[in-house]
Amino acid sequence: MPQSSSLERVLTRISARYRDEPYQLLQMLRAVQASYSHVPQSAMQFLARHLGVPLSQVQGVVEFYAFLHETPRGRYDVRFSDNITDQMLGSRGLCERLCQHLELTPGQPRADGKVTVDYTSCTGMSDQGPAALVNGLAVTRLDVGRIDEMADLIDAGIALEAWPRDWFAVRDHIRRSGPMLDLQMAPGAALEAAVARGASSTLAELARSGLRGRGGAGYLTAHKWRFCLEAPGMERFIVCNADEGEPGTFKDRVLLTRYADALFEGMALAGFVVGAREGFLYLRGEYEYLLPHLESVLERRREEGLLGGNLLGSRVGFDISIHLGAGAYICGEESALIESLEGKRGQARVRPPFPAIRGYADKPTVVNNVQTFIQAAQISAMGSAWFAEQGTEKSRGTVLLSISGDVARRGVYEYPFGVTVKEVLADCGAGAVQAIQIGGPSGHLIGAADFERRIAFEDLPTTGSLMVFDWSRDVVGVVQNFSRFFQHESCGFCTPCRVGTTVLRQLIDKVASGHASAADLDELEACGMVTRSLSHCGLGQTAPNPVLDGLKRFRPVLEAKLLGGTDGPGFDLDAELSEARKISDESLKEGQHG
Amino acid sequence: MAESGQFLIDGKPTPFRAGQTIMQAAAEAGHYIPHLCYRPEFPPHGSCKLCSVKANGRFTSACFEPVTEGMKVESETDEIQGYRKRVVQMLFAEGNHYCAFCEKSGNCQLQAVAYHLGMEDTHYAHQYPQRKLDASHPDAMIDHDRCILCELCVRASRDLDRKEVFGVAGRGLQARLVVNSPSGLLGDSNFALTDAAAHVCPVGAILPKRQAFTTPIGMRRYDKHDIGEESSLTPIADKGE
Ligand SMILES: Cc1cc2nc3c(=O)[nH]c(=O)nc-3n(C[C@H](O)[C@H](O)[C@H](O)COP(=O)(O)O)c2cc1C
Ligand code: SF4
Ligand code: SF4
Ligand code: FES
Repeated sequence: MPQSSSLERVLTRISARYRDEPYQLLQMLRAVQASYSHVPQSAMQFLARHLGVPLSQVQGVVEFYAFLHETPRGRYDVRFSDNITDQMLGSRGLCERLCQHLELTPGQPRADGKVTVDYTSCTGMSDQGPAALVNGLAVTRLDVGRIDEMADLIDAGIALEAWPRDWFAVRDHIRRSGPMLDLQMAPGAALEAAVARGASSTLAELARSGLRGRGGAGYLTAHKWRFCLEAPGMERFIVCNADEGEPGTFKDRVLLTRYADALFEGMALAGFVVGAREGFLYLRGEYEYLLPHLESVLERRREEGLLGGNLLGSRVGFDISIHLGAGAYICGEESALIESLEGKRGQARVRPPFPAIRGYADKPTVVNNVQTFIQAAQISAMGSAWFAEQGTEKSRGTVLLSISGDVARRGVYEYPFGVTVKEVLADCGAGAVQAIQIGGPSGHLIGAADFERRIAFEDLPTTGSLMVFDWSRDVVGVVQNFSRFFQHESCGFCTPCRVGTTVLRQLIDKVASGHASAADLDELEACGMVTRSLSHCGLGQTAPNPVLDGLKRFRPVLEAKLLGGTDGPGFDLDAELSEARKISDESLKEGQHG
Repeated sequence: MAESGQFLIDGKPTPFRAGQTIMQAAAEAGHYIPHLCYRPEFPPHGSCKLCSVKANGRFTSACFEPVTEGMKVESETDEIQGYRKRVVQMLFAEGNHYCAFCEKSGNCQLQAVAYHLGMEDTHYAHQYPQRKLDASHPDAMIDHDRCILCELCVRASRDLDRKEVFGVAGRGLQARLVVNSPSGLLGDSNFALTDAAAHVCPVGAILPKRQAFTTPIGMRRYDKHDIGEESSLTPIADKGE
């Protein structure tokens, strides 16, 4: 525990860095966590007093985010990405190996306080796993050699800066590009075109393009901007959703790396169209390593007059600041994201009103995905016809797929909407495919019967994640991994998700361990339907998808795990009685001695 | 927008005024929709999901969904009542609810709504959470075992008492009610029995001390009638036992 006066000095400085603004609470707590390996109770009390927010709110935030801790973590804080794709590449074994070397148990700091090793939800590196975060920074392509060396580096107390640079290298892996990824757009081109055209013509152009949101729901972008534009109020905000929490997705990571200029331009464009002066990029905590790069692009754009007080030399101003998440998938849901931007627990709000009407600080707010903003900028620069040339009637343009799992070439692929699953699988070198998970755990688990289907909003919609499982994989293990993910990520606000995700997880664990009966499968289905139908937000509404798809499309695989087959009693009499028999045996023996 | 109009609850034409939620319009028409986290004093919260209905074929929460002209609301269908029962069973399985020796028994809305929906068992595996009783306050106690996270106390303390005594921490199944005091105990907060927050808990989680059995079991609110007969939305002042 740090000395109280020095702690207060540090906290005062951290708070001042964020203008003593209560909305910045999460950012401050991240800084406290980084400085002290935890957020001490005394720091929570100080910040509550200092910012004038209830202590219960500070406590609530600390307990909500996976990267904030009330008790100290090790000075080296290692978290292995626990997505199924990491597991398939051997992450569990590597984590155990590291724990053995360092002589500790996962999740608990070593007695000397030096190191903690733990698991975390997908870190967005499925194309170059097994991956981990060390003190928040991504390390990729782990193998036995790296793990052994890492244990030595930690034991020797070598600072992260002196670790091999190559471990922190994140590759882009663009395997197939199309009009979107190929477009070279000069910084400022989209904004200049918009200014020349005028705000309302720009919106009309966007509407003509038919662009739909790339973050999941596929809402028409022009409609969303128009709602925000027409909502009453003086102040408006633009928010970019760079939370990319859907396991198996990493296309936004690549876009943030390579197309940051176009992204910021798209946000400024939205600001110009709806009349907003301020924008936020909500960057998932796992992508903290991208922060210096993104800040430098922002700074350069300010110097170029493409951001800041006088956009393009006009009197219109627009600027962007970056907020980091702290390990919570739910913060990708747009209203939870806004809560998180306001320094609160990431819980989905009651809707309506939607963020376009009442969002950040209760003001009209546009929330769009990274790719959506980039495409909007491209449409402004190139025109709607350029964009709408590809794709289907209802899904214009191209789709970016993040492909991982059992394929020869993992990475990002750009296709016109309407491409069949089969074509994609052939391109990425997938052989003997048993199943794919399209759209991440919240999307769908499908088998060969559906491979002729088309990737498009009207058939198989996707957030971009496409994980491939060949015949050597256990589908039950896949369903189990995703169900655990949802249970871990449920915010706990509403009953059907809070309890339902736990029930689903416990039942699928029972199936996987070979202790379930046919009645348990029925219960999985029934509970899945309750959770899907009644949950408050998209997380709970999609959390049962892996289970329900597993039951629908891979039932024999699940049934094969049942105790006593499909008509079995659901318990093993001998096993149930073994404990009692052992006890009575022992007491009999004792009786003989006595 | 028209000032008023008509919609259908389970096929029955029901009037509504512009801006009303399904819950409000239904209550005015004498139609009970089960609810636990909603009370008329506060903006809708939407967490318990007991008020789930289908509006024009889509699941939503009656407590916050605005009525629209001609909207077809399904409420007492087998499907929806069945789902509501499952939600109540989830709440029972999640906490530790021993109605037999709970002093709220008979006045508890969770118990009452369970009876109303014909719940006979908890269906789901009990989670048996370990939660500590907070008896630190001279006039009231919190039995966290029974908390259903409706956040009524949070809202009452914040919006009516202007005190912010309560909050929620944790996430998922670890979500829990917390008290805004350095020790986290109610006794160290500025909570008082005269607070609105002392009287909103629908279950036996926040209880005044020394009043346990002033009304004997059998003579209590829901011993006398089914909660479904209380279609109107009674404010806190009238809801006391
Ligand atoms: C649990 C959950 C997680 C989500 N995560 C993301 C995300 O990481 N990135 C994203 O762009 N959208 C995500 N969304 C969708 C957003 O709520 C929202 O629809 C989207 O940001 C809107 O942008 P768009 O219209 O450009 O797609 C998520 C939704 C839910 C329910
Ligand atoms: S569905 Fe899940 S994540 Fe969404 S509000 Fe309910 S508990 Fe939270
Ligand atoms: S203590 Fe009572 S009023 Fe407060 S959240 Fe829990 S159940 Fe609701
Ligand atoms: S009363 Fe509507 S969700 Fe609780």
